[in-house]
Amino acid sequence: MSTSSVPSHDHAQQRRSFLLVVCCTIIGAAAQILIKKGAGQLGANPTMVETALAMVLNPSLLAGFSMYGVSMVLLVLALRHGELSLLYPVFALTYVWVTILSVTILHESMNGFKLAGIATIVGGIAVLGKGSSK
Amino acid sequence: MAWVLGGSFVGSFGALFLKIGAGKLGRSIISVATNWRLMLGIAFYLFSSVFFVLGVRKGELSVLYPMVSLGSVWTLFWAKLVLGEPLTRPKFVALGMILCGIALLGLGTR
Repeated sequence: MSTSSVPSHDHAQQRRSFLLVVCCTIIGAAAQILIKKGAGQLGANPTMVETALAMVLNPSLLAGFSMYGVSMVLLVLALRHGELSLLYPVFALTYVWVTILSVTILHESMNGFKLAGIATIVGGIAVLGKGSSK
Repeated sequence: MAWVLGGSFVGSFGALFLKIGAGKLGRSIISVATNWRLMLGIAFYLFSSVFFVLGVRKGELSVLYPMVSLGSVWTLFWAKLVLGEPLTRPKFVALGMILCGIALLGLGTR
């Protein structure tokens, strides 16, 4: 756990990891919007094989999953130097961005139950980070 | 919704095999590529993505995306059963919160 005795070098490292995870959440959330857009362009009743092919051939799906991959690499890089219990709650920001983008870009409806559900899950993910060793 | 929740189950096997595979990781690229546990983990993840795409085709992203977090509940079970990792009190609380959150999301979509 970081205290005042930690050298400033570690603080810089910790801040870099923090910023990396914030970037990861923004890219990850944008990826979800692209995946949703691409999934909506699939035919009426696609099979699993058709869906798997579309993940490579549909531009939105391909871009979405590529960005998702990038966000995961950023997360792994951040976790190499940062502390999981501090970074995991930041990672849960993804849910906040996805909610905002779903309402603004996809025009999805929002109500008290949904907001409470998302907030509870974000809290759960944050607690999960606290309960895990590095 | 069933697709996404089913996908989270498949994805949790991805996490499990990645963990087992990562523990046996060698230095060279070839040893990474021939690490079947690691590759099986990635395959499970890719397979779970197919489920997610099928699920998110209809329905709302703001509801379905948070539901993927059910995967971490499954993963906690595998970590306990297969890897013998302790199920600490914070993990147990987190598990309950995620399940409550998913139930609330379900209520909100009625």
